[in-house]
Amino acid sequence: MKLRKVTAASAAVLALALTATACGSEDKDDSGSGSSGGGDKIKIGIKYDQPGLGLKEPDGSFSGFDVDVATYVAKELGYEANQIEFVETKSADRENALARGDVKFIVATYSINDERKQKVDFAGPYLLAHQDLLVKADSKIAAGEDLNGKNLCSVTGSTSAQNVKDKIAPKANLRQNSGYSECIAALQSGAVDAVTTDDSILAGFAAQDKYKGQFKLVGEKLSNENYGIGVKKGDKATVDKINAALEKMVSDKSWDKAVTENFGPANYKNEPAPKIGVIVK
Amino acid sequence: MFDFLEGYDVLGAFWMTIKLTVFSAVGSLVWGTLLAAMRVSPVPLMRGFGTAYVNIVRNIPLTVIIVFTSLGLADIFGMTMGASDNFELQGFRLAVLGLAAYTAAFVCEAIRSGINTVPLGQAEAARAIGLGFTQTLGLVVLPQAFRAVIGPLANVLIALTKNTTVAAAISVPEAALLMKGMIENEAQTLAIGAVFAFGFVVLTLPTGLLLGWLGKRLAVKR
Amino acid sequence: MTSVLYDAPGPRAKRRNVLLSVLFFVLLALALWWMWQKMDEKEQLEWALWEPFTTSQAWTTYLLPGLGDTLKAAALAMVIALPLGAVFGIARMSDHRWVRVPAGAVVEFFRAIPVLLLMLFAFEFYVRSTDIGSEQRPLYAVVTGLVLYNASVLAEVVRAGILALPKGQTEAAYAIGLRKGQTMTSILLPQAVTAMLPAIVSQLVVIVKDTALGGVMLGFTELLNSRSTLAANYANVVPSFIVVAIIYIVVNFILTSFASWLEGRLRRSKRGTGAVLAPEEVEDNPAAIPGTYGTGAGGAV
Repeated sequence: MKLRKVTAASAAVLALALTATACGSEDKDDSGSGSSGGGDKIKIGIKYDQPGLGLKEPDGSFSGFDVDVATYVAKELGYEANQIEFVETKSADRENALARGDVKFIVATYSINDERKQKVDFAGPYLLAHQDLLVKADSKIAAGEDLNGKNLCSVTGSTSAQNVKDKIAPKANLRQNSGYSECIAALQSGAVDAVTTDDSILAGFAAQDKYKGQFKLVGEKLSNENYGIGVKKGDKATVDKINAALEKMVSDKSWDKAVTENFGPANYKNEPAPKIGVIVK
Repeated sequence: MFDFLEGYDVLGAFWMTIKLTVFSAVGSLVWGTLLAAMRVSPVPLMRGFGTAYVNIVRNIPLTVIIVFTSLGLADIFGMTMGASDNFELQGFRLAVLGLAAYTAAFVCEAIRSGINTVPLGQAEAARAIGLGFTQTLGLVVLPQAFRAVIGPLANVLIALTKNTTVAAAISVPEAALLMKGMIENEAQTLAIGAVFAFGFVVLTLPTGLLLGWLGKRLAVKR
Repeated sequence: MTSVLYDAPGPRAKRRNVLLSVLFFVLLALALWWMWQKMDEKEQLEWALWEPFTTSQAWTTYLLPGLGDTLKAAALAMVIALPLGAVFGIARMSDHRWVRVPAGAVVEFFRAIPVLLLMLFAFEFYVRSTDIGSEQRPLYAVVTGLVLYNASVLAEVVRAGILALPKGQTEAAYAIGLRKGQTMTSILLPQAVTAMLPAIVSQLVVIVKDTALGGVMLGFTELLNSRSTLAANYANVVPSFIVVAIIYIVVNFILTSFASWLEGRLRRSKRGTGAVLAPEEVEDNPAAIPGTYGTGAGGAV
């Protein structure tokens, strides 16, 4: 007897859950089709966890240089700030997100390289960054070669890690974590002596309130990273529009303003605005 | 058709998966048995510790535990596993430690349920001939319990094999990490996934069949 | 049962137990004190790192939405996997070879593959053959992966639970003229449910934990994934992991407590109907479900 009650109850739960999700998915599908149809919303891929570049703030808003560039470009494409829907695109998922059409374009510390160019089209570049080292403020590491025999942290599968291993300091003891936050935490606790990736990313972390004054950038230019805006392969029209928007952003000084606002506190010496289509090897 | 495999050490990655599985299986068996002994011991505090350990560890996602071995044990508590200057080795040892600590909770539960299958008369007879707690448990009850739980332990082992994929979270170069890298670089996501799925089927199915057969053979006939 | 393993302690044994207790307590306390010291040394106990968790924004922006997604995916996976698992478990015991063999193959296959891979396949499938929106896709993929894997594990639980029942139950049912379907639904399943509950619950806990896999590869915004966004903001990696771990423990503890309450209720009601399976027998004998108990370690993460 009791079992029948339990069965009935679970059936009710099942029915409820199913209707709930059915309604939920219908709502979402509506908004989804709206955006892909080029209607009143635009989806832009950014990072959520990189202070200074793309960060989801506690109040739910987004901040950072990538976000500012994305907002400016979207405005030039005819979308106001409230029509933008930011979507998190992790490094590994960027090409796929574009290919699937989940996002219109991606502004997420996306370095232009030949391999990626085969899968997506790039507008820009809009920023020239370099691979650099972040060390404790009192560290004696002053150049890439000093890393030999030292503990170094980078993010799993990143090119910067391989770059150090292959070219700069083959004897460095490399450790890979799943995120930059973890690397910075390891640097703070003394488990590693340096963190390596693009200087723009490192600067963002170093400028955080909790870390202020604890770390410094070494200032080595270990590589050139040309940040581009990723667009679906073959979408030439959007690339051209974004390039025009980026040129305007530089010429009306909005670019400088965004750089000062986002990188100013980090004491980060940025490169001047890159020329559209010119990739610094 | 399989040209996307070129330049990737798939076998090496699965060898790492096997190594992780074997080492953590041994570790979890030892630690899990100890925990089970604690949970049935006459010392209340040990019983409490065993229960608390199992209930806490079982309820945390393995990813959190594995990451904790790296960020907590190694970075904060300085337990670098004798490999402070070699992160690759350190990561492997930490992953084994984390996997063993996690799996031990399940081994403990399996063994405890196995202890319960041993008829009361066995323990009573052991006590009647004057054996103490450790002797009763070690000489009479556990040997029978182990034979009863080979089946459940086989399931734990299979789960452990698959759980080693989480070691990718601290960059141990095992199968899942390689797969992730390949998916990033190659276009054939499904084909890559199929190759790795096949690899895991090859690893887990024979284990299950072999141990299932062994469990039936060794079961205490009653 | 535990007390059967040792005699009621006499004066000497009592003294020894007290001594062991004290020794164990001192060791435990030393370990905790040492951990506390180390945490302090590495500045992990600073209030600034923990303070964000007292603000409402940390919860409303990161943790609660993450927990919501975790629970949503877990709940969906549970309600779909349970009946599906029952169907496959029963199908595996069918008298018809053409039902039994395919069901067995499906169950064995999905049990052998890491959940992460199943989720990945599901994700690709939804991309290629459906028009599910990109916001919903991770949820669908996570739920599908969890259902495929857990339904096959639950199928084994159901099968073993029914096989563990005394043969006489089936025979008696046939003797009073019940058909196969009736025997299953009104005699076997009701009795097996109580015996299966511990194993089912440990599987439900696995489902909750496994939702975290979706965050790793599919960008599903569950709890562990929101944690990384949170830690990037407040620069408190270690504390955030500890807080998230506690949340998981609490959620799973509630789940297991509910299950043991339910188990107690079901058992009490059974006593009334005079079921054959003695309560003690079930309670002390989770291994009566051979080959399934302990599959709690089922998934990754």
